[in-house]
Amino acid sequence: MASGEFILEMRRISKTFPGVKALDDVSIQVRAGSVHALIGENGAGKSTLMRCLFGIYVPDKGEIVLDGKRVSFDATSQALDSGISMIHQELLPVPFRSVMENLWLGRFPLRNYGVVKLVDHKKMYAATKTVLENLKLDIAPDMKVLDLSVSQIQAMEIAKAISYNAKVIIMDEPTSSLTQNEVQHLFTIIRRLRSESVSIIYISHKIEEILEIADEVTIMRDGRNVGTYNAKELTTDLIISRMVGRDLTHRFPPRENVPGDVVMRVENLTSTAEKSFREVSFDLRKGEIFGVGGLVGAQRTELVEAIFGLRDIRAGNIRIEGKSIEINNPIAAKKNRMALLTEDRKATGVFSVLSVFDNTLIANLDRYVRGTRLLDKKQGETDVTKSIAMLRIKTPSSATPMESLSGGNQQKVIVARWLLTEPEILILDEPTRGIDVGAKYEIYTIIADLAKRGKSVIMISSEMPELIGMSDRIMVMCEGRVTGIVNGKEATQERIMTLATQFT
Amino acid sequence: MGKSASDMLGGITPRSVREFSSRNAIVLVLFGIVIIIGILKPSFLTLENVGNILRISSVRAIIALGASGILISKGVDLSAGRTVGLAAVISASLIQRSDYASKLYPHLPDLPLLIPIIAGLSVGLIVGAFNGFVVAHLKVPPFITTLGTMIIVWGAASLYVDRPPMGAQPLGGLRADFTNLGSGSLGFKDVFAIPTIILIAAVILGFYWIMLNKTRLGKNLYAVGGNCDAAIVSGVDVKKTLISVYVIAGLLYGLGGVLLAARSGGATNNYGNMYELDAIAACVIGGVSTNGGIGTAGGVLTGVLIFEVLNNGLVVLGVSAYWQQIAKGLIIIAAVALDIRKYTRKR
Repeated sequence: MASGEFILEMRRISKTFPGVKALDDVSIQVRAGSVHALIGENGAGKSTLMRCLFGIYVPDKGEIVLDGKRVSFDATSQALDSGISMIHQELLPVPFRSVMENLWLGRFPLRNYGVVKLVDHKKMYAATKTVLENLKLDIAPDMKVLDLSVSQIQAMEIAKAISYNAKVIIMDEPTSSLTQNEVQHLFTIIRRLRSESVSIIYISHKIEEILEIADEVTIMRDGRNVGTYNAKELTTDLIISRMVGRDLTHRFPPRENVPGDVVMRVENLTSTAEKSFREVSFDLRKGEIFGVGGLVGAQRTELVEAIFGLRDIRAGNIRIEGKSIEINNPIAAKKNRMALLTEDRKATGVFSVLSVFDNTLIANLDRYVRGTRLLDKKQGETDVTKSIAMLRIKTPSSATPMESLSGGNQQKVIVARWLLTEPEILILDEPTRGIDVGAKYEIYTIIADLAKRGKSVIMISSEMPELIGMSDRIMVMCEGRVTGIVNGKEATQERIMTLATQFT
Repeated sequence: MGKSASDMLGGITPRSVREFSSRNAIVLVLFGIVIIIGILKPSFLTLENVGNILRISSVRAIIALGASGILISKGVDLSAGRTVGLAAVISASLIQRSDYASKLYPHLPDLPLLIPIIAGLSVGLIVGAFNGFVVAHLKVPPFITTLGTMIIVWGAASLYVDRPPMGAQPLGGLRADFTNLGSGSLGFKDVFAIPTIILIAAVILGFYWIMLNKTRLGKNLYAVGGNCDAAIVSGVDVKKTLISVYVIAGLLYGLGGVLLAARSGGATNNYGNMYELDAIAACVIGGVSTNGGIGTAGGVLTGVLIFEVLNNGLVVLGVSAYWQQIAKGLIIIAAVALDIRKYTRKR
């Protein structure tokens, strides 16, 4: 192939971390002025590959050719200087500083004052304003990042990456916190950049997005490149089967649960916070899977955290089996036989350096306290072993530290933790986030089985097929309000989307 | 004039008052304390006493500014006090009067005034550079690093003045041109005179403010402390930033030591003992976050003033020294408990 055709080539890159071969002989070629998508399951190596390109990791083997020249970066500043910028998957703002300081961090405009060079605030303000206006972002340059919404922060990170005037922009899950409109706006920007012959490497697990925006698609699996395709040749099914490496005939298990009497009744629940949930009412039945849908910012997490006693409510009422109850903290929630699987597993779910044993029993230690005030380790070990078998948790032993388990298995451990508290109501907040396609099916099976055994499940999910495929009923929220409750069998993606964007 | 006044009145709403008071809470607290003590004991507000508080605060503010930069970087410096002590003894030993009986170096000729000052600053520079290197390159947590240097520097200061078998010697008989830095004044004849030490502290405060707000180093410092990963991926040289902050802090401790010796006309190896804790306390009272990324020079100054006004005020009020300790401890905790509310959002 002609050498001028590709702005960037990564040739035969390998990278090993202790115990894991993260990248195994991966090559990709990115054309100038194109959108090149990278897709694959979690742990497929997409982010690692991009971190090698951006100088965060140094590859063990392989070479990188940028614009015809071999390059190797061991610091991100070198990558930035060479015309590569990156939007990071985990948003990385400096919270207490202004938007403009975040934007120009690492390259502040300076002005000479004789002996000293000071930061030129005027120039920085003006430059920030230009960048933000070009992207039609309504953010003041001197606003503190602390005061921005999540989607504004993401927009700021996008603005920052673009402001480097880079030849190659890496976008690692850039739409994870954006609303539908904002995604379309980002796509307009991407198309404009492409026409200015900037190349975009676009990482996403949202197949629809990739089919819409990408010119070429590289699919990765287990640290390898399993093929680069012209986006026009691809379909959702084709991508999934290549990602997983086998055909997925059933994405969801059959459900045999039969919803019974009302277990919990939520009436008019309203948050003390100004822009949070208000006047939320719904019933939850025994043995029901009750889906909760909506966009980021719909206040779904805030709602379930309030039900679980983690947030304050100004008005409203929760009844369990007809009795009005007051839940001010998780201890009270547990007493009322509730369990909450939190959205951010890393932050509020796992104790990563503790063992599977400790992680399983942590919510339930009371049960193992014996007369001596010591814990009954034997009983604990029996229960943990039982849980590992029942949920098919893949772990070398119960003493294995949590951090060496995959995301899916960590999630199962947390499910096991809550099942040991013998809850009647399980609240699952994005239960399959960051979990491989294969492991997702197992989580679905567990949920379906719990419902069949008469447990009631509230499941928040941002994945539409999952909501529709798993729920008996789906409550949709928009900007803190309930916009509708749809029967699972009659639900369509369009119907849910309409409800989710009712006020936007 | 009338118009602007009515505008000002018109602009005052309960909300704006609340916002103003929450933003300037610690300044209001400072004024509140001054007024209360002044009412209880009018002698507290004499020019002499206020001047005294400001002179003591000058040294403390210089040290606290150094410590604040390290707190902003999400570190902590336990070696501050002992570095002040080492700088004090070394600078004092080089400027003892030739006619003073028990000179540490009996045969040392009269040196230019600049030498002990440079020596004190160098002590700070070396300790700071060492701390910075260990934190940035060897990745030893700042708490441990500076715990180690605190002990090392204390040993070094004691060794320096140790004259076996008599043991550690106090250093006295400092030359007048040196002590003038601490107790003298600069001014125009008899019209006005400002204590030199206060002028020096004001200049340092100005420079530190510029460093934090106007230089690349200052901005990088806030970024490193606020979100180190963000700084790294934005191409900020984190190591260089950290080393610079520790070096600047060291220089300020060195200067603090020199001024402490000059103000008190002597030095012992125990000088500066526990100053690091007072500095950290003043910083947090002044709104510097121990979680990094937050803090202002003005806040640090206010924190130091609150601390020293309390110190002095409790003495003037005749409170027992032991009760003073208990009061100070409670105030530190209360200040941070109040301040933290600004950053923890309502759930």
